[in-house]
Amino acid sequence: MLHRRYFIATAGAAGLLAASAPRLSLAAAGTDRRLILIVLRGAMDGLGAVVPYADPDYRSVRGPLALAEPGQEGGVLDLDGRFGLHPALSSLHDWWGQQQLLAVHAIATPYRDRSHFDAQDLLDTGGVRAGDDTGWLNRALARLGDGGKGLGLSLGQGVPLVLRGPVPVASWAPSPLPEPSMDFMDRIAGLYSNDPVLGPALMAGLGVADMANGMDGNKKREGGKDRLVLAETAGRMLSDPAGPRIATLELPGWDTHVGQGTVQGRLPSALGQLAETMVTLRAAMESVWDQTLIAVVTEFGRTIRPNGTGGTDHGTAGVALLAGGAVAGGRVLGEWPTLREDKLYEGRDLAPTTDMRALLKGVLAGHLGMPATEIDRFVFPDGKAVRALPELVKA
Amino acid sequence: MVMTTAPGRLATHALSRFGFGAGPGDLDRVKADPRGWVDSQLSPRPLPAVLADHQGSAPRISEMAAARKAKGEAEEMAKKQARERYRADIAIRTRLAATSDTPFQERLVQFWSNHFTVSTQRPIIAPLGLAYENEAIRPHILGTFRDMARAAILHPSMLIYLDNAQSIGPDSTAGQKRDKGLNENLGREALELHLLGVDGGYHQDDVRAMALILTGWTLDEERGTADFNPRRHQPGEKILLGQRIPESGVSEAAAAIDLLCAHPATAHHVAQKLARHFIADDPPPATVTALAKSFRDSNGDLTHVMRTLVRLDAAWAQPLAKMRSPNDFVIATLRASAVEVADDRLVNALSLLGQMPFAAPSPAGWPDRAADWTGPDAILRRIDWSLAFGQRVGSRVDARTLLDTALGDLADDGLRQAVARAPSPAEALALALSSPAFQRR
Repeated sequence: MLHRRYFIATAGAAGLLAASAPRLSLAAAGTDRRLILIVLRGAMDGLGAVVPYADPDYRSVRGPLALAEPGQEGGVLDLDGRFGLHPALSSLHDWWGQQQLLAVHAIATPYRDRSHFDAQDLLDTGGVRAGDDTGWLNRALARLGDGGKGLGLSLGQGVPLVLRGPVPVASWAPSPLPEPSMDFMDRIAGLYSNDPVLGPALMAGLGVADMANGMDGNKKREGGKDRLVLAETAGRMLSDPAGPRIATLELPGWDTHVGQGTVQGRLPSALGQLAETMVTLRAAMESVWDQTLIAVVTEFGRTIRPNGTGGTDHGTAGVALLAGGAVAGGRVLGEWPTLREDKLYEGRDLAPTTDMRALLKGVLAGHLGMPATEIDRFVFPDGKAVRALPELVKA
Repeated sequence: MVMTTAPGRLATHALSRFGFGAGPGDLDRVKADPRGWVDSQLSPRPLPAVLADHQGSAPRISEMAAARKAKGEAEEMAKKQARERYRADIAIRTRLAATSDTPFQERLVQFWSNHFTVSTQRPIIAPLGLAYENEAIRPHILGTFRDMARAAILHPSMLIYLDNAQSIGPDSTAGQKRDKGLNENLGREALELHLLGVDGGYHQDDVRAMALILTGWTLDEERGTADFNPRRHQPGEKILLGQRIPESGVSEAAAAIDLLCAHPATAHHVAQKLARHFIADDPPPATVTALAKSFRDSNGDLTHVMRTLVRLDAAWAQPLAKMRSPNDFVIATLRASAVEVADDRLVNALSLLGQMPFAAPSPAGWPDRAADWTGPDAILRRIDWSLAFGQRVGSRVDARTLLDTALGDLADDGLRQAVARAPSPAEALALALSSPAFQRR
C-alpha cells in the first residue's frame, strides 16, 4: 500500500510538496527524542488520580470519594509515603517501580477561572489570555530540525489547538474507508493546489496515511477499540526513524460532575482507559522507548470536596504526569500546599504551587534539548519569569 | 461592491451561506431575487410533517425510566431501542435539511441547537436529541431568545445532560435530610455558554447563585417531563450579577434567565456566535456590533436579529469564506445529488466524518472555525468518503450536471475540466464533491 507515499514523491504540485516532508532522515529531524502529549479534556480530578492519602485532611475533605489506604482492598498504590496512585492506574504503578513515571502535583496554568474552554485554550496556546491562535507545541516544532516539517502528528482526524500553527502537521485516525487510487489523489491535488486551507491539509495527511498503511496492514476498526488501534499505530509511526517525533492525543471523559466513584465509576473508567492507552503506546514503541517521554496534562483540577451529586465541580490546581523511558521518574514533584482549610484556593480548590509552563519548559529543554532562550522567545513568550523544572529526564 | 455580482453567483451564495447549498432546480428558483429568497424565510412556517409525527421526549424519558427500574431484559431492550431511535432521528433530521424549502430555517435550528447543546456524551441523551431540538429550539428560531433560553435550559434533556436533575439545594428540605447537594454544572454553563459568554463579567459567586436558583428543577420520570420540586429548591434570596433574585421558588429560574438575556454581554455573545457562523471565522467587528445592537434594541427578537444579519453587506461578501462542517457537507451532498441514501449509510457518513448530530464533545457544542474541521486526516476522509459515495451513486448522478445545478458560476474552468476528464462517473462525482468550491459555504 504505497499509493500515497508514491504520490508524494511524484505529484506535480510543487508548491504543495514543499509543505510536507513525510520521510526524513535523523539529521533532518534534529532529534531522536519522541514526545507524546496526552491532553485530558474536561479536567481530570488530580486528587483522584494521584491521591494525597497521607495528608491529615484527606479523608475528611474527600468524604465518600476518599480511597482506601495502600494495602487495603481497593486502596491506593503507594508512591512515596505521601501520595498513592489510583488503583485503575496499576499498570503505571509498575512504571513507577521502574522509575519511568513522575507526577507533578498542585500544578495549574496561569488561568484562575473555571471555564473548561478558556482553560483548555490557555493550556494549548501556552499564553496568559484566551484567543491566541497558535499552539505552544507548534511553536516548539518550528525550532526543531528543518523548521519542524514532518515531525508533528495529531492522533485524531483534526488537529488540536496545541499543535496548530505555521508548521504543517499531520493527523491520522483509523478509518474503514477504502483508499483511493494514486491517480485519483493526483487529480484531487490538482484541484487543491491553490487552496490555502485544503492544499496543505491534503499534503500533510497523505504522508502519514501512507505511513499508517505500511504498518497497519489490514487492521481495521475493532468494535470500540479504535482508541487502541490508534495508539498502537501511532506508536509504530513514532518508532519509525523517518517518522514523526512529536504527537498529541486527546482523551475525553474527565468532567466528573456526577458519579465520579472511587474504585468504580466515571473517574476509574477514564483512568483505566488512559493507562491502557499508555501501555499500548509503550508496547508499540519498545525500540525507541528510552528516547520517549509521554506528558499527560489537563486544563485544571476539580474541587477538593465532593459536590452534592457524587462528583466534583471545576477547580484549580491538579496533577500532571510524565512517563516513559526517558523520564527521571519515581518522584512526585511540586510543593504540596496541603488540604488544610486555610491553604485552599478560594476555600474550595487545591492551591496551585507549580506553573504548568514550568513543566512544559522543562520538557522542551530537558527532553528535546531546546535552548532556554529559544523557549522564552518563541514558545512561551509570556512565561519568561517562569523557571523551567530541571532534571525531568534521565541524564 | 456586492451589487456588481452576477445574479447567478449571488443565488449560489445565498443558497450556500444561508442554506445547505443548491439542489436541482434551486438556482433557477432563487436566481431572480436571492435576497428576497432569504428574507422570505424569516416568517414562521408550519412544522414539517415528518416532525409533526415525531415522538416527543416525554414518552421516551418515561419509557426509559420504567425500563431502568424493571432492569434485566427490559432495560437491555430499551437501550437497544434508544440506539435505533437515535439513528432514525439523525436520518430524519439530515433528510429534512437536505430537502427543505426553507433551508435557512433548518440552518437556524441547527445553529441554535448547537448553541444550547445536549450531547450523547451522556448516552441517555441519544434518543432525546431530536425531540429536544423540536420542542425547545425549533419553535423559537424566529421568536425571542429569552423564550428559547427558558425552553432549552429547563428542558428535561438539558436538566439531565448538565446534571441539574440531581442538584439539590443544601438548605432545602431534601438537602437537609439527605447527604446530597448542589451541582454547579448547568449553572456554570448557562452563564458561560448559553447566555453571558465567558467574558461576560460573572464570577464564581454568580455560578453558585445560578446553580442555587436552578435547584428544584428535576425530572418527573413517570411523565417524562421537567418538574419543579420545591423540596429540593434552595430557599432564600440569591444575588446574581449584583441583582437580588427574591425567593420565589418555581419562578426564580425564569426571572434569572430573563435578567441574563437582557444583559449586554449576552447580546454580544450571541452576536459573535452568529457572525462567526454565518459570515466568517473571524467576522468584521462591525458585524458583531450591528447584530448585538439589533439584539438589544429588539429585546432579543430573533426575527429582528436575523433580518439585520441578512442585510449586512458582509453577509454577502464573496468569495464564500466558511468551510463546511462535516454535517453541512453531508447534507449539501444529499441536496446536490438528490439521490436516495439508506438511513444506515447516511448515519455512517456523519459518524465517519466525525460529526454525529447531538454528539458534540462538550457542552460548548461543535466548534465553528475552519481549523477545527480541516485536520489533514479529516480532509483525506472527506475525499475517501466522496469517492465511496461516487462509487455507489455515480451511475445515477451526472457530475457535470451537478456542477451546473449545485455550484453554477462557482465551478471554475479548472474544476469543470477535471470533472469532464475524470476516468469514471464515480471519480467525476467525487471530484465535484471534494472540490474547494463545494467544501465552502
